[in-house]
Amino acid sequence: MNTNKLNVLILSIVFIVISFLCTPCYGEKIVIDGSTTVGPIAKAFAEYYMGKNKGVNVTVSESGSGNGAKSLINGTCQIADMSRFMKEKEFKAAANNGIMPVAHVVALDGLPILVHPSNPIKGLTIEQIRDIYLGKIKNWKDVGGPNLKIVKISRDTNSGTYETFEKLVMNKEKLAKDVEYVGSNGAARQRVQKTKGAISYAGLGFVDKTVKALEINGIYPNQETITSGVYPIARPLFMFTDGYPKLGTELYKFITIYLSEDGQEIVESIGFIPVTSY
Amino acid sequence: MHYNKKQSLVFSKKDATLQWLGSSIGKGFLFLIASFSAVIVFLIFWFIVKDAIPFFAEKGFKEFFTGTNWYPAAEPGEFGALPIFVGTILVTLGAIIIAVPVGICAAVCLSDILPFKIRQIAKPIVEMLAAVPSVAYGFFALVIFAPFLQSLGATTGTNVLNVSIILGIMALPTIVSVAEDALQAVGKDLREGSYALGATRAETLIKVIIPAAASGITAAVVLGIMRAIGETMVVWMASGNAAQIPEPIYNVLQPVRTLTATIAGDMGEADHVIGSMRYHVLFAMAASLLAISFLCNWISEWITTRDP
Repeated sequence: MNTNKLNVLILSIVFIVISFLCTPCYGEKIVIDGSTTVGPIAKAFAEYYMGKNKGVNVTVSESGSGNGAKSLINGTCQIADMSRFMKEKEFKAAANNGIMPVAHVVALDGLPILVHPSNPIKGLTIEQIRDIYLGKIKNWKDVGGPNLKIVKISRDTNSGTYETFEKLVMNKEKLAKDVEYVGSNGAARQRVQKTKGAISYAGLGFVDKTVKALEINGIYPNQETITSGVYPIARPLFMFTDGYPKLGTELYKFITIYLSEDGQEIVESIGFIPVTSY
Repeated sequence: MHYNKKQSLVFSKKDATLQWLGSSIGKGFLFLIASFSAVIVFLIFWFIVKDAIPFFAEKGFKEFFTGTNWYPAAEPGEFGALPIFVGTILVTLGAIIIAVPVGICAAVCLSDILPFKIRQIAKPIVEMLAAVPSVAYGFFALVIFAPFLQSLGATTGTNVLNVSIILGIMALPTIVSVAEDALQAVGKDLREGSYALGATRAETLIKVIIPAAASGITAAVVLGIMRAIGETMVVWMASGNAAQIPEPIYNVLQPVRTLTATIAGDMGEADHVIGSMRYHVLFAMAASLLAISFLCNWISEWITTRDP
C-alpha cells in the first residue's frame, strides 16, 4: 500500500515536471483583442503567421476598440486592434499602469455608406447623410429616391467605427433618437441587405454584392480615392503594443507583417487598403 | 482504520473535546457552504449599489428617471434613461401578452385535457424550449424573423413586436412548467367533488381547478416576466436599440432599447475610464434592474406562500 502511494506520488511529480518542461514546446503566445473592423486583418495575419511559424499560438478576439484598449492597459493582451486612435483618457490610464502604447498603422479603411441594392440612389453629400442621421431627412424621396421611409442604422457607441463616423460625418452632433444600433460590422451589413429602406456604414472590407456603397460628394470609396484622401470618410487602422516590441521577438515579427509584401496582399485580399499603396 | 487503542466505555476528556471540535467544524463547514449562495447575492447587491451611488450622488434622480435624452457618449453626456425603462416595460409587456394566455392554456391542456401518455411526451418537449441558447433565438430574430416582418410591411423588422414574440416564446417553458405543476397539485378530491355535484368538465376546469391553482399560476407568470425582463442577447440583437419612446407608445413596429441591452452594449467603452459617469450610469441601470427582479421575486414568494 505504501509503495503504491509512493508510486502515485512519483508519477504525479513526473507528470507535473513534464508538463512544465513542455510549456515552451507550445511556444510563445500572442493575444490580440479589440476592434471588429481590424479583427479580420489580425485573424488573417495570425493564420499566415502560425502557418509559417509552427508552435506560435496567436489568439484574436473581437470585442471592440474600447475593449481592446482596456485589455492592453490591463495587460491581458499584447496587441490591441483599434479602428480609432487612443483617447487621452486611455493614454493616461495606460501610463498609470506602466503601459506605453505604441501605434502601428496596419491598413487604411474607408467608411462606405451602405444602402439596399434595390435603392436607386447613387450618391449623397456628407450634409445629406448628416441630416438623415439627425432625423431631418426621413424619406428617400427627399434625396431623389423612392417614396420609402429611411431606416437609419448605426454601429453601437462602443465601436471605433461609430466614433469615426461621429467625427467625420456628424461633426459630433447627436444622432436622432430613432437610430438603430447594431453590435458589429457584420450585423450592420446583414440589416442593410435585408431592409429596403436601410442606410448604414461599415468597414470597407464588408462591402460585397449584397449591399450597395454610395458615392459621397460624388466620390466612390476605393483604393485610389481613400489613399489620396479624396474620399471624405477614411481612417487608418491601428494595432497598439506596449512599447515598441523587442527586435527579433515573435511579437516584433508579427506586428511587422503588414510591411511585407505578403502582409500587404493579405490586407488587400480582405478588402482593406495597404498603407504602402500610394 | 486501526483500532489498536485500548477501548473504554467512557470518553476521556480529550476524546470529548475532539468530538465536540469535529462536530462544530463539520457544522460550521456545512453552514458556510449553505450560506455561500446567500452571501453571493449580498455581494452582487453590494458591488452594484456601490458603483451606482456615485452616479445618483452627482446627477440626482430626476434626469435618469424622467429625462428622454440618452447620449452617454456625448461630451457632456446626457443620461435620460426614461426611454430605456419604457422600452424594457414595452417588450416585457408584449412578451407577457403573448406568453401568458398561450402558456396557461398549454398548462391546462397538459394537466387536464390530454391523456397522461401524451402529457409525458409533450411536457419535456415544451421544456426543451428553455434549453435553446438565447443567442440562437437572437440570431433567428435578426436574420429570419426581422426580414419576415419587413416583408409584411414593417419599415424595420427589429422592433418591439419582434422581440416581444421571441421573448414570449422564451418565457413559455417557465410558465407552462410551473403552471402545470400547480394544476397537478390540485388534488383528485376537488376534481371528483366537482363532477359529483354535476359540474361539466369545462365548469370544473374554469370554476374549480384554475381558481384553486391561482397562486401557483400567478407565480408562474411572475417567473415568466422575470425571464423576459432579464434576457439580454435577444433584445440586443433584435430590438433595434434605439433609445426612443415609440410614437404613439403602442406602436409595436418601432425599435426600442432595453436596460439589459444597454448595459451589455455600453460596458466595453465605458469601463476603461472607471469612475466616469458613463460607467456609473450602467450600474445605476443594473441596480434598477436588480430592484425590479427583487420585487418580482418577492411578489411571487408572497403569492405562493400566503394562505388561499
